[in-house]
Amino acid sequence: MKKVLDEGKLILIAIPVLIWTLLPIYHLFVLSISTQESMLAGKLWPEKPTLQNFQIVFNQQHYYLTNFWLQLFNSFLIAIATGLLTLFIATCAAFAISRLKAPGGRSIMNFALATYLIPAAFLAIPMYKAMGTFGLLNTRVALILAMVALASPYAIWVLKQASDKLPKELDEAAIMDGANSLQLFRLVYLPLMKPSMVVIGIYALLLAWNEYLYAFLLLSSERAVPLAVGLGLFLSADDAPWNLLMTAGLIYAIPPAVIYYGFRKNMVTGLTAGAVKS
Amino acid sequence: MTTAAMAPPAIASSDATSGQARDRVFWGVLMLAPYLLVFAVMVVYPVAYGLWLGLNWQSYKALFADPIFVRTLVNTVVFLFIAVNLKFLMALFLSGFFVQQRAWVRFMLVLFILPWAVPSIPTILSFRVMLNPENGMINQQLFHWFGIVEGPGWLTDPTLAFASSILVHIWKSLPFWTLILVTGRLAIAQDLYEAASVDGANKWQQFRFITWPSLATLYVTSTLLSMIWTLGDFNSVYLLTGGGPGDLNHVLATLGIRYMRNNNLDLGIASIICAMPLILPMVWFMVKRLSKGAE
Repeated sequence: MKKVLDEGKLILIAIPVLIWTLLPIYHLFVLSISTQESMLAGKLWPEKPTLQNFQIVFNQQHYYLTNFWLQLFNSFLIAIATGLLTLFIATCAAFAISRLKAPGGRSIMNFALATYLIPAAFLAIPMYKAMGTFGLLNTRVALILAMVALASPYAIWVLKQASDKLPKELDEAAIMDGANSLQLFRLVYLPLMKPSMVVIGIYALLLAWNEYLYAFLLLSSERAVPLAVGLGLFLSADDAPWNLLMTAGLIYAIPPAVIYYGFRKNMVTGLTAGAVKS
Repeated sequence: MTTAAMAPPAIASSDATSGQARDRVFWGVLMLAPYLLVFAVMVVYPVAYGLWLGLNWQSYKALFADPIFVRTLVNTVVFLFIAVNLKFLMALFLSGFFVQQRAWVRFMLVLFILPWAVPSIPTILSFRVMLNPENGMINQQLFHWFGIVEGPGWLTDPTLAFASSILVHIWKSLPFWTLILVTGRLAIAQDLYEAASVDGANKWQQFRFITWPSLATLYVTSTLLSMIWTLGDFNSVYLLTGGGPGDLNHVLATLGIRYMRNNNLDLGIASIICAMPLILPMVWFMVKRLSKGAE
């Protein structure tokens, strides 16, 4: 009896939580299959569900969507480049700090974490100014570099902790065999670090894919912006075709959700391991 | 490895050891260099440059003469206070729910993470359409079910619009912090609870004397970090209301960027620097916390 009561209490919590979590996502989906008229009726389910919106988006048949595919490509390009570059930089740094005990490595790592202690919107303004000075404004390179700078400190932190857990004896044995630092890195370190590296690469990739503010500031031309900013351009319009916007938004939201679920187990352990160490 | 173990002990000459040490330092510095370069160019330089631009006294005068700015400062403090506390009370409560070891609860956690995993732009814009006072789903449904002809002006009434952006901010960031607190709860030894329930402690006493003491440090650290991130949250306010209606609902994050977009970089920088009294104590506390955690 008590068991049933407990379960009942849990379900009473679960229902509002599910509604709260899923309502906006459900609404996104409903709009994507609504015609303009049924969208304006605010129905829980559209009168005549249609896939026409997808067709319009795919064929770029609306003046707000003339660069849909290009912008989606930009999103992929920026996210993948950020993932790879962050991975390269952070793996090297974690190796230098954790295995080679590079001079000043620890303090550099602690100092790097300060990046997280500057609120995003506040770092963005001087960064915009700096990008102007470097002549990089409105290039995708600017956004990639910004995202790498934002993702790296945490990436280094997590990789360094994973790296510290590798047994010291492996290094010693390799050095006895006459391996130099680079060989140690390539032949011993990289293979062992692969699981953590996958988590970090995906973390950086998702961060860049989901970013809006920096993309919005650093890029302006319709042909250079990622889809997030392309969709944001609707905001200034009074007659925005919200159902088309939501269709494109749904397409945009699917890749990170799929990637996240594909790597869910690793992500949760890999990322919270870095955060909950206190 | 095995061959190395079986090989006769190498007599390392001092020459070879110092060569190895030099090799380590060389590669150590070289492999740190890419990050240092990115950090210097993308973080240190912009921040230093921003601080230098912020030395212009005139911009602060102009800033405080702008009534929107003064209102924004108040908004920011209110936003921060309500959003962070409400979010963490919810996260604390929900972490107690999600820590239950049941298959269906674990499946629900998978769904619960969605707001955090998907990008802001589609979801916050979905909120924006849903909360539209005339033809948004919420007010249309209020009419349909309860006959309310004129539903609340979620995005047109200044107070409600502000509340809505807090709600959206919480919706987006709640899953992450709940997950962190769930992880914290999982680290508590289960036999403590068993011993307590044998001694006849009720649920509240178990929370009060076992869960809370174990979770408090994590809770405070997370709250501080969340305050910093909340202060930098541009999306929730900008994408939902644009700081409106009538520029009444800006927070520092959106106002600074509005100044900048209107080609008034000086005011943008100045408004950031005005946030320093808010940021610095948090940063100081965080650094202390983090370096203690790293030991």
